[in-house]
Amino acid sequence: MADASIIPAGITGMFDLLSPVAPGWGANLLRGLVRSLQIAFGAFGMGLIIGTFGAYAKLYGGPIARDLAAIYTTLVRAIPELVMIILLYYAGTDLINRILEGMGYQRVDISGLVAGIVVLGFVQGAYATEVLRGAIKAIPQGEIEAARAYGMPPTLMMRRITLPAMLPHALPGLANLWLISTKDTALLAVVGFSELTLETRQAAGATKAYMTFYLAAGALYLLITLFSSVILEWVERRARRGMPSVKEAH
Amino acid sequence: MTASVAVAADPLQPGVPEQAEAIHIENLHKRFGALEVLKGVSMSAKDGDVVAMIGGSGSGKSTFLRCINFLENPTSGVIRINGEDVKMVSDGHGGQVPANRRQIERIRSRLGMVFQNFNLWQHMTLIQNVIEVPVHVLGMKRDEAMAIGEQLLERVGLSAKRDVYPAYMSGGQQQRGAIARALAIQPRVMLFDEPTSALDPELVGEVLKVIADLAKEGRTMLLVTHEMKFAREVASHVMYLHNGIVEEEGPPEQLFGSPKSERLKQFIRTVS
Repeated sequence: MADASIIPAGITGMFDLLSPVAPGWGANLLRGLVRSLQIAFGAFGMGLIIGTFGAYAKLYGGPIARDLAAIYTTLVRAIPELVMIILLYYAGTDLINRILEGMGYQRVDISGLVAGIVVLGFVQGAYATEVLRGAIKAIPQGEIEAARAYGMPPTLMMRRITLPAMLPHALPGLANLWLISTKDTALLAVVGFSELTLETRQAAGATKAYMTFYLAAGALYLLITLFSSVILEWVERRARRGMPSVKEAH
Repeated sequence: MTASVAVAADPLQPGVPEQAEAIHIENLHKRFGALEVLKGVSMSAKDGDVVAMIGGSGSGKSTFLRCINFLENPTSGVIRINGEDVKMVSDGHGGQVPANRRQIERIRSRLGMVFQNFNLWQHMTLIQNVIEVPVHVLGMKRDEAMAIGEQLLERVGLSAKRDVYPAYMSGGQQQRGAIARALAIQPRVMLFDEPTSALDPELVGEVLKVIADLAKEGRTMLLVTHEMKFAREVASHVMYLHNGIVEEEGPPEQLFGSPKSERLKQFIRTVS
């Protein structure tokens, strides 16, 4: 060590710290990454489901459904996500347990993974509602009318016409939501869920190699985004296959 | 459900010998707020009839057509399709809505609607558009629907466009494709809502030719149109609507040859 110059020593030290085997903390980071991705997928998926219902409620619902959807999107989008997460995470699990106890059941331990998905999914759902509502409104209404004129029941129409027809309009917004979802998982660090950011903080705190670990975490987040962009681009190209390119029309 | 001869007749065979009544409408009213668009219109079409509805814009002819498959809910009146009376209930705001969604869906799936703006589904290729309703609404096997769909595309001269998306087709091609989509459900009645109004003049002919061929083979059709010459050629019965009522109706020779009403005379003069 003493002979070697400072920089190579620093780099070898960095690799040692990031190594996935025992003395290194790489395995912890990767475990955090997997957890983050699980949460991001789950939350995004849940957001899509809530968003679909929310958009339908806002566009086609009766007065009560419309009002409920409006209250939901307004509140969730007004409150800072961090506050929302802390509120739902602690208050939500507490509420469920109180209800269970009230009904004479045992308290349950709600897994951090499920709670994280539900909390972030609830937030995502509000934004997805607005993205999908706008996309459905962008469908030429004649196509919806044609589906009605040919006797399609509502659920079939949703599955065969409305959702695929709105997809090209929704994808840019949904791609944003997906990327936000991957990064919002970091907020769960504050409630003690061991996702990528918390694992990074622990590794950095234990070794004092803050720069190394936070740069590594940043690189992992960047990789998620780059990989997502490739997939999203492919999905969008596929969804738009019936539409002439915007450039040609320009 | 009121069963009758009309239901028993094979809906797949245009021009069945009994000449059963395919559409029967009595005293249809339609009100949009304070505006009464239809003020009691009645009509009847037997199998094989080609009924043309003409009239100026705002006469209510398109609204009338859209009431037949309940794209608009009529405010009052009797609608009987395939011998089946459509049951309506009050919507609580002075209008009425169909009592039974499934009945409406069943009736709609036997009426082949062709729209002014084609309304093909843009996310599907032409053949996918044509087989969509047979496969997913009527429960036909995919292979069978494909075979029928390909025949229909050939008939409207679009076999080459089979796998093309509507956005890459001309207006005339899209409308012929939309006619194939309507025929694919083996409709009891074809409904045409100004099928050539959105087309460039040079594309009108190809669409009219397809419609004329359908009339010739005895298809039951209801046609809202601005093409007077065409209406005179293909229709077996013409109705002239003005301000929501039938001002005059009859066989085309009589209506166009010796119109009685002053308004109709004037209308024929202005459009021809």
